[in-house]
Parts: sequence; structure tokens; C-alpha cells
Amino acid sequence: MNAVVEEHHDEHHDHGPAKGITRWLYTTNHKDIGTLYLWFSFAMFFVGGICALGIRAELFQPGLQIVQPEVFNQLTTMHGLIMVFGAVMPAFVGLANWLVPMMIGAPDMALPRMNNYSFWILPFAFGMLISTFLMEGGAPNYGWTFYAPLSTEYAPPSVTFFIFAVHLMGISSIMGSINVIVTILNMRAPGMTLMQMPLFVWTWLITAYLLIAVMPVLAGVVTMMLMDIHFGTAFFSAAGGGDPVLFQHVFWFFGHPEVYIMILPAFGIISAIIPTFARKKLFGYDSMVYATASIAFLSFIVWAHHMFTVGIPLAGELYFMYATMVIAVPTGVKVFNWVATMWQGSMTFETPMLFAIAFVILFTIGGFSGIMLSIVPADFQYHDTYFVVAHFHYVLVPGSIFSIMAAVYYWLPKWTGNMYDETLGKTHFWLSFIGINVTFFPQHFIGLAGMPRRIPDYALQFADWNMVSSCGAFLFGFSQLLFLFIILKCIRGGERATEKVWEGARGLEWTIASPAPYHTFSTPPKDMADAHG
Amino acid sequence: MLEAQGKKRGVFKLVSVVVGMFAFGFLLVPLYDIVCEVTGFNGKTGGAYQETGKEGVDESRLVTVQFLTNKNANMPWSFRPEVRSVHVVPGILNEANFIVRNETNVTMVGKAIPSVTPFKAADYLHKTECFCFESQKLEKGEELNMPLRFIVDRDIPADVNLLTLSYTLYDITSSVQLAIR
Repeated sequence: MNAVVEEHHDEHHDHGPAKGITRWLYTTNHKDIGTLYLWFSFAMFFVGGICALGIRAELFQPGLQIVQPEVFNQLTTMHGLIMVFGAVMPAFVGLANWLVPMMIGAPDMALPRMNNYSFWILPFAFGMLISTFLMEGGAPNYGWTFYAPLSTEYAPPSVTFFIFAVHLMGISSIMGSINVIVTILNMRAPGMTLMQMPLFVWTWLITAYLLIAVMPVLAGVVTMMLMDIHFGTAFFSAAGGGDPVLFQHVFWFFGHPEVYIMILPAFGIISAIIPTFARKKLFGYDSMVYATASIAFLSFIVWAHHMFTVGIPLAGELYFMYATMVIAVPTGVKVFNWVATMWQGSMTFETPMLFAIAFVILFTIGGFSGIMLSIVPADFQYHDTYFVVAHFHYVLVPGSIFSIMAAVYYWLPKWTGNMYDETLGKTHFWLSFIGINVTFFPQHFIGLAGMPRRIPDYALQFADWNMVSSCGAFLFGFSQLLFLFIILKCIRGGERATEKVWEGARGLEWTIASPAPYHTFSTPPKDMADAHG
Repeated sequence: MLEAQGKKRGVFKLVSVVVGMFAFGFLLVPLYDIVCEVTGFNGKTGGAYQETGKEGVDESRLVTVQFLTNKNANMPWSFRPEVRSVHVVPGILNEANFIVRNETNVTMVGKAIPSVTPFKAADYLHKTECFCFESQKLEKGEELNMPLRFIVDRDIPADVNLLTLSYTLYDITSSVQLAIR
């Protein structure tokens, strides 16, 4: 008799989340894991942001005021590493976890247990990375690109911890990507063809392929560093017959696809939000898919445009210049499609739409400065200046990060069941929008005037714009506390959200209740007509 | 359980891609060396050259070969060529000497790494004997005369009349000790 009661009890457990901390430790639920990823990434966003504000505080005025050059180098390095691997990438994985199963009508991710592992590796990886600040010799100080021999012969002892941290986050991303691919290819609701998938699912599928192709190369390059440092090999040591330039080739073979890993899911998010608030179907769905795939392919054959000044033969420079310029074509297709979607639409400007429109404009500015950088003879002047800093921050902050914020505002009512505070949301948008432009636009000017990146002190002629830039950075940084407040407020309560939340929303995730029940689509949905926007 | 099978196959395929790409990362190392050797990118010169006696001499022109000596940041030795430059007839064997001296009070091991500019000339400089093929171990204060014997190929492009052979001397004492240990 007892056994029967026990069984019944167990069965009952499956209907809702477990109680207490073990819910989060042992969870295999895609929504729980998505939430964990998103909070983790938000925490890392603040840690990386503190590093950034340390940098901008030091650069507020010429001369050394706040940190010594050694510490400054650690701040720039850790800012880059934490933002790329700790903030942007986990945020996208979190969104994928929450949304992909709901968008394709699947009950969960394909490999729920592995999903749990791939999240819980991350706190250890970043705990290890951040702990290097307290170690003798300090944290990594060789830039987020960790060029050899700066990261091998001249590196602080903490480099070994950095290497293991990279290995761990690589394993985490690879497991996450395998999960995404297997889920999308095997668990779509019956009747949903690949070309009926929402673009967020498409872009993530392609991103996941990029990840499993290049994260192992990153693991390889840090393994070579480890061997050079501890086991006497000479992959990158010229004295032993190796070549430091080889490091740059292998690194950027990973690094350039990595750049697109951080932007393709953003394209998917924007392609979901703009049609909703323009109340039109997405213009050119098919071309969006092909453009994404082309960008992914091109990302593998342009890596040397990061290293035009290392002494590549002319033919090589020309090839990499033209190949890089070709990327502007599929990217242009995407921008055109977004604009065409808005064209003659009945637009309203809720917070997600504001972030999405800002994304289109500001990402395009970043794209244009990218084309400028691809021009070899001009690049010799721009290389390693603040112009480059301005370029990649324009594609990453108002690009990737604005898209993540847009996504959070857009799907938050679905996640929490409550509407966020629209006035506060718009305030957050405008503060961020002004902050970001005040921070990064002047960096174009000081870069063209010749200010090198990664320096704690600078010549007097750069003083004014640096001060402006620092003011913008503090405005942007502190506005994010408002973002945190808005999210907490929305979780705690607010106007009840309807199933559909947005008048113009399309897709399977809007057919289920708000907040999304703990288990969704245990029986697959049938109507695929509106599966994508 | 068609879906479970599909998942298993998918995971297996993707894991093989991961393993393959990890290996590919390491494959890039020899690949890079081969590309550099074939094209002469980076000014890499080849290993010891065996004289065939059929090189052929081109008496009609002279090529200037400059010798540069550099020391890596922490290398305390002195290192200089005996002559700064020579004019050579393509196809004829030449000799040049480099003088190296350990200025410290300890025994050290050094190794010189060559590079040729312009890069496209790298393939046409054949070294039959070079101190850069091995490392040098010098006692404190010891001085060494290091020979280099080379032939400039007579097929060297007509527009290359000046080529620079540069050596950078590295302190490899610690890595040699590591290898012995």
C-alpha cells in the first residue's frame, strides 16, 4: 500500500517546480534554465560594467588619477572577456532556452540534463576568472584578444586560471549549442517546416553551428598557450621556431565567427519585434534566412582583416578586404528588410520597438564604420585606435545589448504574466540611447585624431572628447540600475498580461497563457499558419 | 522512439564536429608553416641547402645582401655581423661571419632566428651552413665567430637587387634547462 502512495506522490511532483534552492540547482526545465542564464548574464553585465566605468573614470582626464597602468590593463581585459563571454553570450543562450521550445511547440529542450550542466559550469568558470583579480601578479592584462607572447611569455601567473576558465566556458557554449541544434532539428511541432520557423529560431540554429565550429578552435588555441607556458612547446615562441603571428591567425579564425555569434541572435530578435509593432508581416522572410546563412559562411573567410598591419602580402590584403566588404551585402539585405517591414506599417512605439529601431539605426552606423575599417590603406591609420573601439562598441552595445534589452521588454510579460512599467521602460530607453551615443560617438573623433586604444593616459588634444565620453558612460552605466528596478517591479506585480500581450504579435509562444506555465506544449500545437511573424 | 534516435544521431554528429574542429585548430599550425614555406610569407627561410653543383652562375648582375642583427628584449649578449653588407654574384657560394659574445657572468644558451625581406626573395636565399640551424651555448664572457655560407639563387627576380637577412637572437637558456630536466 505504501508503495502506491509513494508513487502517486512522485507523480504529483512533476506538475510544478521543486521548492527552494534545489529547484535551481537540479532543474532541467528550459524556462528555469533560461531564467538562470539571464540573471547570470545580468550579473556579469554589471561586473563588466564596473570594469568599464573604472576605465572611463581613469580616462576622464589626461594623466594618471585613479588606477595604475597595470590595473588599467587588467580592467580593459576583464571588461572585454566578461562582456563577451559572460554577458552577451549567456544572455542569448538564456533567451534561446526560454523561447526556442515555445516557438517551435516543443515541451522542453532536447537534452535537459545537459542543459543544466551547461549552465552550472558558467558560475565556476567566471568565479575562477574573476578571482584572478586577487592573485599575485593580478588578473589577465593582455587584452581580451590575448595575443601571444603577451599572454604567454609576458603573462602574469594567473594566465593558467584564465585558460581553464576559457576551457570551461567553451565546453558550456558547445553543450548549449548542441542542445539548441538537436532541439530545433528533432522537436519541431508536427507540420512546422524549417522555413516556417520564427527567425529567432533560424538565427540561433545558425549561431549554434558557428559555435560548435569555432569554440573548439578557441579551446585549441588556449591549449597551445598552456603547452607553451608549462610544457616547453613553442607554438607561438619565435625563439623556439614558433610564430606569434600564428596565434593571431588561429585566434581570429575563432574570433571573427565569434563576432557574428554575438549578433545573429540579435537579428532574430529584431525580426520578431519590428513586425509586431509595425503590425505587418516581416518583409522578405526567405531572404532573411539566406542572408543569415551567408553572413555565417562569410565569417569563416575574412579573419585576417583584424591583422592587416602584421605584414600580410598585398594579394592577401586585397582578398581579405574584398571578402570583408562582401559581408555588407547580406547585412544590407537585412537592414533593408527591417526598414521595408516598417514602411507603411501602423507603428506604435512601445519600449521593445524603441530599442529595436535604435538597433537598426545604430547597428548600421557600426556597420558603416566596419566598412571603413575594411579598406586596407585606411585601416593602417585606424588600426588599434579608438576608432576601432567606437566601431565594435556600436555593433555590440546598441547592437547586441540593445537587442537583448528589447527582447527582455518584449517577452517579459510572457515570462512573468505582468506588464512592465511602460513609462519607466521608455525612460530607461532614452537614458540608454543618449548615454550610449554620448559615450561612443566621440570615440570616432579621437580615434581618427590618433588616440590609441588600451592606454591609461593620453595626449592633451584628446582631453575634451574623452571627458564627454566618460560622462556618457556613467549615464549609460547607472541607467542600467533602472533596468534592474523595472524587471524586479514587473516580476512582483503590475497590470496582468493577456495571452497575446501585443496586438500584432505572431508565433506559438503567444498562444499559451501568461505567465507561461511551467510545462508547455506537452501535446504539440496544430496551427502553424502564424508560426512566424 | 524515432525522436530519441534522431536526437542520439544528432548529438553524435555534432560531437564529432567539435572533436574535428579541435583537431583542425592544431592542424592550422603545420598548415601555416607550409603556407609560409611555399610562399615565403613572413620571410621564412628554409633549412640547410645541399649544393647540387648545377646552380648556374649569373655573372651579369650583382645582388646586395645586407645583414641585420637584433636581440630580443632580454638578451644581454652582444651580436654583430663582421661586415654590414656584401655584393654577391647569383649562384656563387659566399661566406659571412657573425660575432657573438656572452656579456654576462653565467653560462647561457642563445638561438638566432632568421628572416628575409623582401618576402618574395626568401625562397632564393639558400643557406648551406648557418649558425641559425642550431643553438649556441656560451660560457661567461666567451666570444664566438659564427659562419654563414649562402648562395643567392640565380633565378632571383630581376627587380630584387637588395635583400636583407635579419637575425634576432633569443635567450633560450630556460627552455633548454626545461628540456634537460
